[in-house]
Amino acid sequence: MADETIDVKGLTCPAPLVETKKKLKKMEVGKTLEVIGDHGPSKKEVPEMIGEQGHEIISVTEENGVWHVTIKKKK
Amino acid sequence: MSKATIVLFSGDLDKALAAFVIASGAAASGWDVTVFFTFWGINVVRDDNKKALNKKEFVEKMFGSMMPNGADKLKLSKMNMGGMGTSMMKKRMKVKNVKSLREMIKDAKELDVKFLVCDMSMDIMGLKKEEFIDEVDEIVGVGTYLKESKDANLTLFI
Repeated sequence: MADETIDVKGLTCPAPLVETKKKLKKMEVGKTLEVIGDHGPSKKEVPEMIGEQGHEIISVTEENGVWHVTIKKKK
Repeated sequence: MSKATIVLFSGDLDKALAAFVIASGAAASGWDVTVFFTFWGINVVRDDNKKALNKKEFVEKMFGSMMPNGADKLKLSKMNMGGMGTSMMKKRMKVKNVKSLREMIKDAKELDVKFLVCDMSMDIMGLKKEEFIDEVDEIVGVGTYLKESKDANLTLFI
């Protein structure tokens, strides 16, 4: 279970990525965030672009078009 | 760190939206982002709650009232149809859960996008720095844009 969760279902580009980053900015280092969404391209882009910034992507899963990306804030 | 500088020359709603999707997307991806508002683009950052100053010249007042006053007043570059097209587009955006331009501007600022306004455009159009939204960081010349762009990975003119 992640420390924080945000639900971006129904939101489209660029909101899933933007909301993820806004939330991460407010969190403490070491905490985990679960992002739940259904915007297709964001399933790949959120972990890619957030991972590139040095945060740890713990898991990416998908079921019936709804994906879950879990991130650990590293810095 | 990757860096993007975007010149927003256009004051059209669709083009401003494209600029802010890219700006906020890049900022969310950890990029250092600057938007340089010039010419018609400076209307995007006008604040419709801030009244024009009384000490303006006649032509400045005229310009001010003829141009769109802020992000909510912009029109589409195509299919505006006397405003009908623009209001239809805004409804579609709501239905499809796309954020409004105003919300995207807020998001961009929250992710530290720098907002620079061209001093020369401001002079020509007769706008004063007090008339802009609080998100605007600085009024600058082309030199600042060039300095910012020198080490940018991406620079766009919209």
